[in-house]
Formats: sequence, C-alpha cells, structure tokens
Amino acid sequence: MNRSFAESTARERVTHLLDADTFHEILGPAERVVSPHLALLGVPSAFDDGVVIGSGLLDGQAILVAAQEGEFMGGGVGEVHGAKLVGLFKRALAAKPAAVIVLAESGGVRLHEANAGLIAVSEVMRALLDVRAQGIPVIMLIGGANGCFGGMGLIARCADHVVMSDIGRLAMSGPEVIESSNGVEEFDSRDRALVWRTTGGKHRYLTDDCDVLVEDDVAQFRAAAMGLLGQSLPLSLASMEAEHALLASRLSRYGDCRDALDIWQRAGVADPLRVPDMEARQMPALKALNPKELA
Amino acid sequence: MEKLHFEFPGQYAPGHFTPVLVGVVGSGNLEVMLEPHGGSTCTIDVTTSAGGFGPIWEAVVHDFQARHRLAGIAVSINDMGATPAVVSLRLDQAAAALPLGSQSNSGAPT
Repeated sequence: MNRSFAESTARERVTHLLDADTFHEILGPAERVVSPHLALLGVPSAFDDGVVIGSGLLDGQAILVAAQEGEFMGGGVGEVHGAKLVGLFKRALAAKPAAVIVLAESGGVRLHEANAGLIAVSEVMRALLDVRAQGIPVIMLIGGANGCFGGMGLIARCADHVVMSDIGRLAMSGPEVIESSNGVEEFDSRDRALVWRTTGGKHRYLTDDCDVLVEDDVAQFRAAAMGLLGQSLPLSLASMEAEHALLASRLSRYGDCRDALDIWQRAGVADPLRVPDMEARQMPALKALNPKELA
Repeated sequence: MEKLHFEFPGQYAPGHFTPVLVGVVGSGNLEVMLEPHGGSTCTIDVTTSAGGFGPIWEAVVHDFQARHRLAGIAVSINDMGATPAVVSLRLDQAAAALPLGSQSNSGAPT
C-alpha cells in the first residue's frame, strides 16, 4: 500500500524517505530551539520551529536532509527555521554529502517574523548556492498539501533538481495573493482545478520547472531522489543565460495564454482537458510529444 | 495564549528513554513531547492558543494520568486549539511510544 507523502508529517516523510533507522536529527525538539518571536505575539511555538534537519543514508549514501512541517504556520520560514536550513547547508560544505535533500512545504516567509523571515530566506538562498558551487547537488521534493510558495518557491528553483507530485504546487505568489492584488477575474483562488493546473506538479513538469513527476507516494519520492544522487548541475554564466533564453522563449510563445489548458494545447497536447486526470507515469510521453515547444 | 502546569504522583517509571514527540502544532492539533525527568512525579506543561479552558485541561490530563500513572516523566504540550478528544488521543499515542513495560495496561486503548 502507498504511503501518501501529502498526508504524512514532516517527520514521517523523513523516516520513510531514508534507509531504515539511519536518520540522526540535529537540534531535535528536546533542545527547544524555538522562535523568539511567536511567544511575544501570543502564539504557541513548535519545539522544532516547524523544520526537521539532520543526516542519514539514502541508498547507502550519506546525505543531509531537511523537512518543513506545512501544518505549523503553513510551513512559514521564521528566523530559527531559516537558521536551521542555513546551518544544514553550511554543514554540507564540510560533510560533502551525496546530496542535500529538502522536503519543502511552505507558504514562504512567516509573516509574524517579518524582516527576520525575509533575511532568513535570502540567507538560505546564499547558503544553497554555496553548496551547489561545491558540486554537491541540492534536491527539492515538493508534495505537501500546502505547496511551496513565496520565498520558499524561489529557494526551490535555486536547487539542481525539483521532484514533485501533482498534489504539490510550486509558485511565487500563492492563489489568494494573486486574487487579492489583481482581482478575482485575474485568478479565482477558490477554483481548485484552476489553481492546480496553474501551479501543480503536472504543469510544472510539462514546462520544465520540475524535473521528475511522481505519484503521491513516499516510496516514489525516495526512488526519484535516489536517481538524482551525485548529479550536480553546473551553475555558471552559460547555464544562467540558457535559463533566461528559455524563459524569454516561453513568454513569447505563451505570453497571451489565459490558462494552462491553452499552453498545453498550443504545445501540441491532443486533449488538454484530460491532462489533470492522467497518471504521473503517462506524463513523460506527453512531454516527449513536442519537447521544443514545451521547453 | 495560556500556560498551564500540572503535577501528579505516579508509579510507572520507564527510566531513561529518547524523548518522544507526536503530533504537530497545526490548527485543531497539538504536539506532545515526553522526556525523562529525575523526580517521581509526572509533570505536564501546556502552552495553548485558546485561553480560559483550564478546568477542561485539568480533567483531560487527570484522566490521562489515571490511565497510565506515569512517574519520572515530563510532558510538554504545544496546542493550537485541539479538542479534548484529540488531546487524549495524542497523549495516549505518546505514552504508547514509551519503552515497553513502563505502562499500565488498565486504561490503554486496545
């Protein structure tokens, strides 16, 4: 039977992602390194500030891992939460693991902590890029019900590889943010089908913002992460220029599209309305139909 | 936000164990951490987002201790508005994760 990634807590995800009984937590809950801000605002803290970090084995190879708990403050990145992520990436520079794997589930900056959270996000980005510069791959696994948005969405796209399920969502501004700033005509955040086909894993996979699409199953995330161990992508001026060229091309091809359905149709997908009901394993064939158009 | 403290005498002391954490601090949910402590009592410290429910917490933790009669254990709770039934389930879930032989069987869920 499948173990749902989305329904599992951050701790359960880590336990079942790694080789059995190999996880060693750093700054575990008993150390009570909690947010200095939440208590002042009259909000209960979590003993781990909503993120689990540590080391372990994946397919016998040493890795470092972090998992955000989306149920606590929407996975928001506060000062301590961010510092734990930064510390993990800094540890990777010395420990040289086969990968740093982040199980991202976050609405972005924890608004209660305002500037401290914003600074934390930028520090995480810098620490992540330092790790990539050492040739250590950073892998994002996105499959929680809260998605990966805001500053955490930016962090995810700084990684070498992004693995998603269709339940997972990845974007900068979340649906409610777009609706409240640009109006319901622009984006109806209560239209779940619209929200998922715009930000969900399938669309991200078809447009190359996600590298591997899996079903909502911890074992499939584990298999995907194993396949990416040791695979570092170069972070160079040439790779940045290639990325910018891809984005410019995407904008010129699809800039007038009003919906992901329009994009899929223009890219040559025969029956776009069927895409949301398709299995993850059917998607590579769809992507292969017309890779130049989509990518 | 309200902080509550309870302390009960107990009989079943598991000795040293790795701290146990169950649940998450999400809406209508709570996290419960069990840690060993030197004394012979069971202490329960609650931080809850919902103020004014002290008597209900007292009843729930009293029932928990009547079921398990734990000693030498510190229970720490961060609560985000969980109902009494959810609190009881989380407490029993945490107690079930203690080393074997440390618990009373009388009131344990079967």
